[in-house]
Amino acid sequence: MSGRAFSYFPGCSLECSNRAYDASTRNVAAVLGIQMPELEDWNCCGATAYFGVDEARAGVMAARNLALAEARGHDLVTVCSGCYLALGKTNHRLAEDADLRRDVQQALRAGGMDYRGTVTVRHFLDVVVRDVGEEAVRRHVVRPLQGLPVACYHGCQLSRPHGEIDDPEFPDVMDRLVGWLGAAPAPFPLKTRCCGGMLMTTQPGLGREMTGKLLLAAKAGGAHCVATACPLCQVNLEAYQRAIGRERGEDCRIPVLYFTQLMGWAFGLGSGDLRLEEALTPARELLAGLGATP
Amino acid sequence: MVAPCIQCGTCTASCPASHAMDLSPRRIVAALRAGQRDTVLSSRSLWLCASCYACVVRCPSGIPFTDVAYALKREAARTGVDDRRGSALARAFVRVADRLGRSAETELLLRYWLSTNPLRAIAALPLAFRLWRRGRLSLFGRGIVGRQDLQRMMAALERPGSGA
Repeated sequence: MSGRAFSYFPGCSLECSNRAYDASTRNVAAVLGIQMPELEDWNCCGATAYFGVDEARAGVMAARNLALAEARGHDLVTVCSGCYLALGKTNHRLAEDADLRRDVQQALRAGGMDYRGTVTVRHFLDVVVRDVGEEAVRRHVVRPLQGLPVACYHGCQLSRPHGEIDDPEFPDVMDRLVGWLGAAPAPFPLKTRCCGGMLMTTQPGLGREMTGKLLLAAKAGGAHCVATACPLCQVNLEAYQRAIGRERGEDCRIPVLYFTQLMGWAFGLGSGDLRLEEALTPARELLAGLGATP
Repeated sequence: MVAPCIQCGTCTASCPASHAMDLSPRRIVAALRAGQRDTVLSSRSLWLCASCYACVVRCPSGIPFTDVAYALKREAARTGVDDRRGSALARAFVRVADRLGRSAETELLLRYWLSTNPLRAIAALPLAFRLWRRGRLSLFGRGIVGRQDLQRMMAALERPGSGA
């Protein structure tokens, strides 16, 4: 696989609130020898929120990124499930819907760009599991995760609606990966139940209820941490643990790590490389403690 | 899009937010087929759809309800019966993304709170402080270099005869 190159699309959330996801992704890719330079001057993916206001404009947003990647000659890889779906869905629509394709192409040309439809949109989790594969991942593990019980929260937009990565209802792509790292996937039946997304802002009570169910299910399954593949899921699951715990009268605290942070730790990267200290619910101690009792 | 519905209710049962809706997804589809469009457009359910697609992958009739909800959100905004918080957040998002070419979380939330309930901003301060201390909050977003190109693209979309 090494030698395969992608254009990396970080997405807006990774510029600040989720920059630990960005850092751990870049450093893990470097260890695995995956060439994925950042897509130059990428823009908003045309996110969920934009589709609810204007479909054609959201399509242009997504298509400008696809055109940029096509000009570089690479497929596009992202670690945000929201970006993955918005870009991928637009890519499908452009292939299927001639009217949309004509409008979007005309718009792109007005900005001096063109898109012929040759780019595939990938999630980095899928690239690691499918393209890199078990053997190569295991070869890089120098600090196995010692059976750490992990609730693998796949979230909704990673596998739905297209199911290109894995089964839309019960994906286990992340469970397989953390197993290769020496961790033990914990039972987590709500692994694809929605975290609430933007409802945490517009309907905070409902958002906390939806997220609280996930946190309690993760703890009930015996997990010591949750792993995510989406920046919005990470913030929703991590940032409201205190408030949810107070409301429910139960301890809802549990570290919420990006799957790339678990990979990086197993690959021997330092906590600075993975920005573990930026977690709101301390995570570094959990991982550092694994080595103490080999 | 909703014609083949068999009213089995799998969508409602699969929806993680349906219990908070005044019209469940199944009832929205029934109302659409009965021609009760105004009832649907004025319901508070539309913006409770978080686009998780659970209903879409389970629907035995192949109805993409998430896309139906998207279309209804857009129609509700156009026809003026819509003043929901979800809609306010989405419109704030579009304004920020159009201006910068990217989203910027702080500006997005400030715009949203100003257009709905500014007091909410105060309730969010403790979390904002915790994020800021860890370097996870910035006040200003950076725009893309190709902002003007992007705006030209959007303008071309609106031009008569462009088919948009």
